Amino acid sequence: MTIQEIQEEIIKEFKGFDDWKSKYKYLIKLGRDLPPIDLKYKTEENIIKGCQVKTWFHSEIKDGKIVYNIDSVSVIIKGIAALLIRILSFQEPEDVKNADLYFIDKVGLRENFSPLRANSLWKLINRIKSEAILYCNK
Amino acid sequence: MSIFDVTKIRKDFPILNQRIYNNPLVYFDNAATTQKPKIVIDFMNKLYLDNNSNVHRGVHYLSDYMTGMYESAREKVRSYINAESTQEIIFTKGTTDSINAVAFSFGEAYIKENDEIIVSEMEHHSNIVPWQMMCKRKKANLRVIPINDKGELLLDEYKKLISSKTKLVAVVHASNSLGTINPVKEITAIAHKKNVPVLIDGTQAIQHMKVDIQDINCDFYSFSGHKIYGPTGIGVLYGKEHWLLEMPPYQGGGDMIDAVSFENTTYADLPAKFEAGTPNYIGAIGLGIALDYLQNIGLDNIHKYEKELLDYMTVKLNSIEGLKIYGAAENKVCVFSFLLDNIHPYDVGLFLDKMSIAVRSGHHCTQPLWNYYKIEGSIRASLAFYNTFKEIDYFCKALKEIQEMFK
Repeated sequence: MTIQEIQEEIIKEFKGFDDWKSKYKYLIKLGRDLPPIDLKYKTEENIIKGCQVKTWFHSEIKDGKIVYNIDSVSVIIKGIAALLIRILSFQEPEDVKNADLYFIDKVGLRENFSPLRANSLWKLINRIKSEAILYCNK
Repeated sequence: MSIFDVTKIRKDFPILNQRIYNNPLVYFDNAATTQKPKIVIDFMNKLYLDNNSNVHRGVHYLSDYMTGMYESAREKVRSYINAESTQEIIFTKGTTDSINAVAFSFGEAYIKENDEIIVSEMEHHSNIVPWQMMCKRKKANLRVIPINDKGELLLDEYKKLISSKTKLVAVVHASNSLGTINPVKEITAIAHKKNVPVLIDGTQAIQHMKVDIQDINCDFYSFSGHKIYGPTGIGVLYGKEHWLLEMPPYQGGGDMIDAVSFENTTYADLPAKFEAGTPNYIGAIGLGIALDYLQNIGLDNIHKYEKELLDYMTVKLNSIEGLKIYGAAENKVCVFSFLLDNIHPYDVGLFLDKMSIAVRSGHHCTQPLWNYYKIEGSIRASLAFYNTFKEIDYFCKALKEIQEMFK
């Protein structure tokens, strides 16, 4: 599926939630279901700087596609990371680089979730994008 | 029946009367900063509108007026903490600035290789890092008073730490993370028996109780304006006159000089010697207004009401299964650090935010303290005299709801 198709799918899923509580509950579920990052990647160097809570990030290229691994001590951040991984992992680096992540506004993440205001999500997205750019330039 | 009319008091703080995400704001982040009564904001506004002029050295009317106001703010601080003289009241940027000033100036004057400074395990980073920096500069060492599980200082261990190498003891009056009120008078007396001076970080104490400097008898005391219902960017360093006379200035320039030539500079008398540059005079005056406001309400009334809040909230929080409070000292201010089940404090903070409750999640600048408890941080709810029992009820209900959502 393309980045756009997955985003549309997520937007549709979130339409089923009437209030912020159900959205949060869904994120908790996604966070809990996201497999933990491999221990060998859970290092000081892989902690995203500037995030309010410890969040680990690792990416690699498999068969020309970019693969993201993200973990966090916050289950909410993990939930949001799970959405980003679902959209952007196993995509072409070029597509990730150019991706417009409009789902954030459409599902109400911006208005509902303080991680956005607290910068953590933008740090995460910046990291995802900058890794993609790195792979594009290789 | 409460000691005073909290509904009336809340009207003095317009910021409290607002809705966040359609619910009334519950502000439980007072250890980070307190809200300002309208009288402080209005007065500072008026000074900028009608009276602004740089203090000291001006011959004109406005400068003279502002100098008078600035110096009367100093007198208000002196009276508030019952210091002997206004010479002993230095205006700073805040507690961090006050402690850095002492660490530098005292360090320059008295600290030599292998000397020791004693701090405690529950200190804010602002009462650790300046001493570490000084120790590094002077090749001195930092010693640490340990705590027990309740979050109280082990005074017997403290006594053992003091030796002929000890040059200063720096201890917090009330812990910003645990709420523990330390026996600062006793701590000071113990150090003084060995002729060791004492600095007390009063940032989290002075807004909750009457502080009598002469009774405590400490050598230095620091606090921040913004945590005592005053403006940000202003703080106080109290220092006994004989220390401040002996210690070299911390920064140079502005009002701190007597005469300057390229060969030599002589310094101004106290307190100007420690107030380099244009001081935050309007901040200082705003702080003075905040102190007046508190004294009108009565510190004893504030203390009694906050004790009621403390006792009520302690019982309520302890009744929530899966909630663990860190800090169970006999003597506490209204600060609660806790964990809820195994939910990360950050996530609890996010949910509370959505329920219009402002708390803080994290290490609260006391990382060594959390190392003792082997956790990374906590959720911290810190109350002020404008908070209510009803807010505590709502807060506890919210916590239970969060637990349900994570089940």
